[in-house]
Amino acid sequence: MTLSTMLSTMSVGMLRTCGIFALTLLGSLPLGMIVALLRKSRFSVVRGIIRVYISVMRGTPLMLQLLVWYFGPYYLFDLSIRGWRFPALILGFILNYAAYFAEIYRGGIESISVGQYEAAEVLGYSKSQTFLRIILPQVVKTIMPSVTNEVITLVKDTSLAFTLAYQEVFSLSKQISASQTSFMPFVIAGVFYFVANYVVAFVMERIEKSMDYYR
Amino acid sequence: MILEMKNIQKSFGELEVLKDISFGVDSGEVVSIIGPSGSGKSTLLRCATFLETIDGGEILYMGEKAAHTDESGKAVYVHQKELHRFRSYCGLVFQQFNLFPHYSILKNLTDAPIEVQHRSREEAEADAMELLRKMGIADKAKAYPYQLSGGQQQRVAIARALAMKPEILFFDEPTSALDPELTGEVLKVIRQLAEEKMTMVVVTHEMPFAKAVSNRVIFMAGGVIVEQGDPLAVFDNPQEERTKQFLRVFER
Repeated sequence: MTLSTMLSTMSVGMLRTCGIFALTLLGSLPLGMIVALLRKSRFSVVRGIIRVYISVMRGTPLMLQLLVWYFGPYYLFDLSIRGWRFPALILGFILNYAAYFAEIYRGGIESISVGQYEAAEVLGYSKSQTFLRIILPQVVKTIMPSVTNEVITLVKDTSLAFTLAYQEVFSLSKQISASQTSFMPFVIAGVFYFVANYVVAFVMERIEKSMDYYR
Repeated sequence: MILEMKNIQKSFGELEVLKDISFGVDSGEVVSIIGPSGSGKSTLLRCATFLETIDGGEILYMGEKAAHTDESGKAVYVHQKELHRFRSYCGLVFQQFNLFPHYSILKNLTDAPIEVQHRSREEAEADAMELLRKMGIADKAKAYPYQLSGGQQQRVAIARALAMKPEILFFDEPTSALDPELTGEVLKVIRQLAEEKMTMVVVTHEMPFAKAVSNRVIFMAGGVIVEQGDPLAVFDNPQEERTKQFLRVFER
């Protein structure tokens, strides 16, 4: 196999890696916020369920969770769903990362001094106005470093799709390296991950800079 | 009467912070509230501005009841929509300023008038600039709170409260977080507002200021009003022993 063939074969994997990455962020960033807000619910049952969810998601390996989502329907409910591999994969990723983001959001929200809420209340802002206009912008600035960490971790975690035999760049690199007895696929994959993370770090830094107009 | 608080009771769990407070504020009056820490001064202000809910008593603004006690002895407040209107009557200046750090000074002053009172941007900005000019910090309109000194930030906080055109302005120890140099510039602003007949209630430890600027002084201790009256009377000729005890500290 020539280098160019290797590259074009693996590029399919790269696209799939990007796909997992994008879908996971699209799903877990908003879901994490919902979870963070539910965690503060007036109803202790809701709070309890959320805390168990966060605890389990963060307390067990993502790899294991992916297997549970993939094999669960069949082994537990005798359900055989066509094309379940990809949905199970994304479901597992989103639920897992949402738990981490939820805790990051919670930390950010709790770091906002109560004086901000009180000033807004006295001025007559509604609860949603206070949250969207006053609290959230400050939270975003505070949590950026933690979010950056998670996003960088996600880029690499996409390789766990290997567990469900989903052919993203890592799986392909293993396969092609074995079949071609070449080290090159690993180099290609390594370079890809490195460049991807470089882009992520660059973008996150730009975002942080754009919020640097105040302290 | 702009504000009337009648037989206010407030407890935090086991601790009874306000035992039975009654007082009123007329239009154009400046009332100072002095007293030792833990006497309930801040709590009283927070109850008046609806940051805390009372356990008993009545709160009236302009003769209208915002809260009262029903037959079973529970404090009942008006609905959210009505409460919103009552909130618009009062402004509060905090000890810690509580400016919005992610807004420019100008936006700190215009955002609430635009978003809450639905005023036009032009009107809000014109009013805001006028207020900043009065405070002597018009040149800071585009700056951010972190770039201002404490005294300047507190003046912005006062302007922010005034931008909402309240009937009565409350101050919760406005200079306690400022060093003596910066305290002066804030007191100057409050004095100016007093001369313009702005109705104000000021909780403060600045005794000379309270004596010079207020129409009435209230001395609180242990959750009750111990003594109140003309500043000269309360400061120079206190009747109650507790008042004398408190003021003695400031004579050093």
